[in-house]
Amino acid sequence: MTATAVRTGTTPAPAPKRRRRKGGGAAERLWQASPLTYVTLLAAVALSMFPLYYMFVIATRTNDAIGQTPPPVTPGGEIGGNVDRLLGNESAAFMTGLVNSAIVATVVTVFVVFFSSLAGFAFAKLRFKGRNGMMLAILITMMVPTQLGIVPLYQMMYEWDLHNKLPSIILPFLVSGFGVFMMRQYASQAVPDELIEAARMDGCSTFRTYWNVVLPGLRPAIAVLGLFTFMEQWNSFLWPQIALGDPTNPTVQLSLQRLSQGYYNDYSQVFAGTLLSVVPLLVIFIIFGRQIIGGIMEGAVKA
Amino acid sequence: MTVQSSTRPEVAPGHRRGGSTPPTEPQRSKGVLGRLDIKYSPYLYIAPFFVVFGIFGLWPLIYTLRMSLYDWDLGSTVETAKFVGFDNFAMFLGDSDFWNSVVNTIAMFLMSTIPQLILALILANALNKRLRGRTLLRMGVLIPNITSVAAVSIVFTQLYNRDFGLINWVLGLFGVDAIDWTARSWSSWVAISSMVDWRWTGYNALIFLAAMQSIPRDIYESASIDGASGWRQFWTMTVPMLRPTIIFVTIISTIGGLQLYGEPLLFTGGGNPLLGGSDRQSQTVTMFLMEQFYMKFELGRAATVAWLLFILIMIFSIINFLFTRSLRSADGKVKQKKGASR
Repeated sequence: MTATAVRTGTTPAPAPKRRRRKGGGAAERLWQASPLTYVTLLAAVALSMFPLYYMFVIATRTNDAIGQTPPPVTPGGEIGGNVDRLLGNESAAFMTGLVNSAIVATVVTVFVVFFSSLAGFAFAKLRFKGRNGMMLAILITMMVPTQLGIVPLYQMMYEWDLHNKLPSIILPFLVSGFGVFMMRQYASQAVPDELIEAARMDGCSTFRTYWNVVLPGLRPAIAVLGLFTFMEQWNSFLWPQIALGDPTNPTVQLSLQRLSQGYYNDYSQVFAGTLLSVVPLLVIFIIFGRQIIGGIMEGAVKA
Repeated sequence: MTVQSSTRPEVAPGHRRGGSTPPTEPQRSKGVLGRLDIKYSPYLYIAPFFVVFGIFGLWPLIYTLRMSLYDWDLGSTVETAKFVGFDNFAMFLGDSDFWNSVVNTIAMFLMSTIPQLILALILANALNKRLRGRTLLRMGVLIPNITSVAAVSIVFTQLYNRDFGLINWVLGLFGVDAIDWTARSWSSWVAISSMVDWRWTGYNALIFLAAMQSIPRDIYESASIDGASGWRQFWTMTVPMLRPTIIFVTIISTIGGLQLYGEPLLFTGGGNPLLGGSDRQSQTVTMFLMEQFYMKFELGRAATVAWLLFILIMIFSIINFLFTRSLRSADGKVKQKKGASR
């Protein structure tokens, strides 16, 4: 801001010009990216990308090539054979894992987005008794490590005969305190009160106001929350490992674990699986990267 | 919509700030149904959260406390389990295997969190400059975060492989003998911490970056006139101004870091990964919990470990909070400077 103001105001007499450059120039230089900045960032990006690249390299090589010295750092052409072996591997049930993860992540995402936006709308735009207290309660739940309740949770699933079935890893995650908080913050800024009142004057019920007026206004926040939820569910590990003990019905992360522990001498197969498990998220990331970054950064400012 | 709102009386300016102030009550009543809707529907809209959280979040957590006081195994019910009071707690507090898992967890937590936060701050500072290819660079550093724990662990375990891992090969170029990374505590701490760092540094950098962007730039200008170097400004101004964000990030990292599980589990591999290797060299508290739960079927004891872990998380959150709060004094200095520049 300051920098641009200084840059445009450089027309008049030489004397003030020099003085301005002295003061403004130093500040200006602060925001200038030096070669060192670029080197730092490019090194960070390279380090971030390398393990993923290496995953690709190993997934496209034969097992013999992996044992070579120096280790391979360029891709080969064996991906087809490796994937064939992976899909033919019944004990890893990789395809079942992929499908299960897709189902679970999708269902959870839809519910989290719906419940969070509905509650966020209520907290931001409706007046009711105990509103602040209940919002505070939700904020506190965000700080509680609920993962620690896994032992009784498992017993519950067992009693309800849900263990080894997908509902056991869907039901506990249908709501999100973070999601409610995020939607409330977004709704209170993005949806004008006047709009809500106008809808109400038109005779809209609160639910129709939500559905027709609020929900469209929340679209950017919904996209971000949806993406986060999907990624989190796709990558979830500890609870699915407990709840889905049956090896024939895993999530993708569980088949990866089984692969890595049972087939550690067939690295290229394990890596082919790892690669396939990451690809869906990579595609999402490449398409929606800008929104994801925006979501993280906005969330940080508001929190 | 514009027409509609212009017929309404002007909304007081205070109401326009959004958030904290709800719209005023409608002035026309719309019958009993409408009034019921307005009065009670909010509770219906927030109910799903409380119902689901209550059943699957809060209740299990409380029930964990109850189970921890019983000798409770796989077939037990409330009637058959034997009440043992705090015996389980006493037993673990005297159990060297439990303390070993605590030491491993804390070591990996410190070794991953401290470098991670420092690197994230430096990275955020770099990203805060005027850059070409801004979005691409941000995406580049965030990409590890979308990778799952299982995938990260598999790839890094291969990179750290004793016989043909890339890391030992590079170290070999400098004359270092091949390290068996899984064999000892310290080496597995290094390897596992590096996985956590890789996955989270970029994410935290973006959070810091967001906070940095909300710092008004004119205070830097006056500091520059005073002759403070960029590096000094970073440590004496930027970092203190980020205090709330740093507190937030450390607490989140603490809650996550002390529950470390997937990375050490997959890194360990072998016959019984829950033990963290033959000498329990990389067993974390969560793995110890799972050992009680999933190998020994001692549900009461597993619940006890869950509560001990909960206490550990609380202790560390408080320590972190007190530690990061000490940045406050520096914050005051910046505010003075800011006032002087006006």
